[in-house]
Amino acid sequence: MEQIAFASIAAFTLACALGVVLAKNTVNGAMCLLLCLAGVAGLFIQLHAYLLAFLLVLVYAGAVVALFLFIIMLLGAHGGQPWRFRAFQAFAGVVAAALLITGLDMISLRGKTDAGPPVAGAGVGSSLKLYADQLFTTYLLPVEVMGFLLLVAMLGVIVLSRRPTEGEATE
Amino acid sequence: MSPSLDSYVLLSAALFAIGFLGVLVRRNTLVIYMCLELMLVASTLALVAFSRFNGTEAGDVFVFFILTVAAAEVAVGLAIIVALFRARQTVQVDELDLLKK
Repeated sequence: MEQIAFASIAAFTLACALGVVLAKNTVNGAMCLLLCLAGVAGLFIQLHAYLLAFLLVLVYAGAVVALFLFIIMLLGAHGGQPWRFRAFQAFAGVVAAALLITGLDMISLRGKTDAGPPVAGAGVGSSLKLYADQLFTTYLLPVEVMGFLLLVAMLGVIVLSRRPTEGEATE
Repeated sequence: MSPSLDSYVLLSAALFAIGFLGVLVRRNTLVIYMCLELMLVASTLALVAFSRFNGTEAGDVFVFFILTVAAAEVAVGLAIIVALFRARQTVQVDELDLLKK
């Protein structure tokens, strides 16, 4: 039963990921990305990481894809820029993707990733209490650094998106 | 019977490969950016799977940081794309060839 659920969610996620790459219309690509993220959130739920599934939907589907859609609309880039097929790039991409998958396949065939059945009991990603406990004890410094990073990113975006005023020299 | 760790790792590799393919094949900066996000999500899937099957919490916590960095990265990257569009009126990487000339 769990196997069937995994297989169907995996197929759905991969199909949506391909949709992102192949969609002619950028808006359709963003929608495919949204569905793909929903599929990954489903896989997180199967892995008992309920909190992370919620965060993924909240941050990615809620904020990131919405931001993408805003920018696509703003730039008017959704007008079906036909994607030109380039033999060399497509060849390089397919070869690189195939190499990556084959390499990981070899590793798993040799049993290097074989960890046995999942550990019993809920993991840290399943409850907010366990998660927050880890975040604010063991990983306190990274949390502070992340806060600083978000502040810097916010300032950077404000500076980048500001229109140059009259007095400044325009490049 | 629940799916094994191998199947999760392979799925994450496949997702990563699709994202990588998109970065190489597509010419639209916004689509390339979406494919980069896809690669980040693929890596989080592998981390959560490893964390679940090995009974450690580090992977789960790391996903939180990846999500934060991704959010910051998208904000800055899209601001750069908008600034680029203002300067050149295009987001196609083929037409952004000032250094080639």
